[in-house]
Amino acid sequence: MTHTKISMAQALNQALRDAMHADDTVVMFGEDVGALGGVFRITDGLTAEFGENRCFDTPLAEAGIVGMAVGMAMNGMRPVVEMQFDAFGYPAFEQVVSHVAKMRNRTRGRVQLPMVIRIPYGGGIGGVEHHSDSSESYFAHTPGLTVVTPATVADAYGLLRKAIEFPDPVVFMEPKKLYWAKEEVDLTEDQPGIGTAVVRREGADATLIAYGPALPVALEAAEVAAAEGRQLTVVDLRSVVPFDDETVCAAVRRTGRAVVVAEASGFASVSSEIVARVTEKCFHSLAAPVRRVTAFDIPFPPPKLEKYQLPSVDRILDAVDDLQWEDS
Amino acid sequence: MTTVEERLLPSAEPVCLIDQNGLPHEHPSYELPTKAALLDGYTELIRGRRFNDQASALVRQGRLAVYPSSHGQEACQVAATMVLKEGDWLFPTYRDSVSIVSRGVDPIETLTLLRGDWHSGYDPYAHKVAPQSTPLATQLPHAVGVAHAARLKGEDTVVMALVGDGGTSEGDFHEALNFAAVFHAPVVFFIQNNEYAISVPLAKQSAAPSLAHKGVGYGVPGERADGNDLAGLLAVLGQAVEKARAGEGPQLVEAHTYRVQAHTNADDATRYRQDDEVTPWLDRDPIQRLTTYLEQQDWLDDDVRRQAEAKAAEVATQLRDGLMPEPEVDPADLFKYLYAEETQQLREQAAFLRDELAREEA
Ligand SMILES: Cc1ncc(C[n+]2csc(CCOP(=O)(O)OP(=O)(O)O)c2C)c(N)n1
Ligand SMILES: [Mg+2]
Repeated sequence: MTHTKISMAQALNQALRDAMHADDTVVMFGEDVGALGGVFRITDGLTAEFGENRCFDTPLAEAGIVGMAVGMAMNGMRPVVEMQFDAFGYPAFEQVVSHVAKMRNRTRGRVQLPMVIRIPYGGGIGGVEHHSDSSESYFAHTPGLTVVTPATVADAYGLLRKAIEFPDPVVFMEPKKLYWAKEEVDLTEDQPGIGTAVVRREGADATLIAYGPALPVALEAAEVAAAEGRQLTVVDLRSVVPFDDETVCAAVRRTGRAVVVAEASGFASVSSEIVARVTEKCFHSLAAPVRRVTAFDIPFPPPKLEKYQLPSVDRILDAVDDLQWEDS
Repeated sequence: MTTVEERLLPSAEPVCLIDQNGLPHEHPSYELPTKAALLDGYTELIRGRRFNDQASALVRQGRLAVYPSSHGQEACQVAATMVLKEGDWLFPTYRDSVSIVSRGVDPIETLTLLRGDWHSGYDPYAHKVAPQSTPLATQLPHAVGVAHAARLKGEDTVVMALVGDGGTSEGDFHEALNFAAVFHAPVVFFIQNNEYAISVPLAKQSAAPSLAHKGVGYGVPGERADGNDLAGLLAVLGQAVEKARAGEGPQLVEAHTYRVQAHTNADDATRYRQDDEVTPWLDRDPIQRLTTYLEQQDWLDDDVRRQAEAKAAEVATQLRDGLMPEPEVDPADLFKYLYAEETQQLREQAAFLRDELAREEA
């Protein structure tokens, strides 16, 4: 199979198309996902190709969308639903937390919910209020949910295919600022599964742990650091839940220093969980406290101010500089 | 004695007092507004249209992040505020900038959200206009709360709560209607049914006979009006406001209009609708029909025209002058206004950013 240059949006679209070809029970629905193909065009052409029964618009109600997906999953289908934007998924929160997350547990495994909730998330697109939230921590905090987020085009395809095949509900967080990022990829190449983190760059001096929209920033920082003489490992989490302690801790133990990079606010977040885990498990390998580069603990700012909120290469390098090098 | 059906069900046809050809029609329940009201409305419509088109032009010039225009829906926008008294409240959405300006809010402050220098630019108490709500229908329970509080305080406030056709599918719409009915809250729920929620046409949004029928299940009287007929809207909304103020509880009004442009500048409507669907609506334009009627009455003299044009030109100039310069933003604002008392953590984060910016400058 040859490599083709495609965007993350196209890879996601292809994943949906291939999943729908592979399995008749896969259905896609949500707001504007039919004729329009979704506001980000992730479902482009699916209704035309598979018909109204397989990819369709719903009335405008997120609780209804997720609730109906629960019922369809209970009755033998594999629904994939789209929340139009991060902050517009909140009306569905009750369904997600009280039902999607708990169904297997409350029925002692008798009812499974093989469903996927796709959520475009994060900033970096100059969106006005309510269009740039990082909502992953709410879901990661909820036991019973599997939470994954691709940061590369290949993973967008691979992880979405795996999410749709997964026996349990997956919250699939799509970094919207990366939708248009293009890469040469071979989509037939198998990608690591859900629950596996991947080392994107090797370096002996310190480890950057990042996921989703923060990964390209971390990689860029590692590039700059290398030019300045410091070699950084970059771990791409990919799967927030389940969490790959092994890969993350192995990298941290190898390097003895770590910075977690995330686009979400830091307080009580995925990034704080990573720091806690790394500190608990790798304490004796650490030469310095684990640092974080996250957003401030404020509502996502309006477009004219968002640059101050997003993790930057400079902030990452500053945090790396702070890892008590002089003591070693 | 009126029957339940008579009390709750909307008219069989949307109320229309001046049709698309500018011809007046008698209606058993509604009277044509006065000449003065129609002339005021004319001026407001002309100004509202200019506001919409100027704002859209400024998006193309990169001066606004996005603009959801109410072009073609100006009769709804203007009527919603014309029927209110000073002490009343307006609860608008992202599409209702013209309504907000018509209420007296500064045009530039109105567009702060869409320019992207802050989330809401005006003082909600100054003109009793709630911040524009983007999460659909979520503002409606707030509207009920404001109305209920006013009742408890013995004030005769009425709250005008705006929502789109798509928004009526959200749970919050239904909860708000039910709460308003149970608490007898003086709210007028005003649905601007422009037939689309982004790409989703009304037929896929609801199977109800009309959106005004959605009140029935909650005991809220529904009515519907031609959304491009300012005269009919003023009469219907005016009566709804009066009833709410008189203690008859919440009212639901659906205006049947049409979104003649794309959802926003970022949307491509050719992906989901044909031009020949839009064309007939251009003939139903709210300004055109009112102009024809006023001309036929010989009420549209040069003074009125000149005054309307002057107000339109003024708002266009305000927008250009106000939006052309890059707005000044202060990163320190990011940490303000979160809590009545700033937390230690936020103070530290503000100091971090201050320090970072100082180093960048050095
Ligand atoms: C809770 C929520 N879900 C989704 C959206 C995204 N969205 C913004 S506008 C819109 C369509 C709204 O249609 P309608 O209520 O008819 O209002 P209109 O835009 O036509 O004025 C959608 C789906 C949102 N803003 N809020
Ligand atoms: Mg609409």
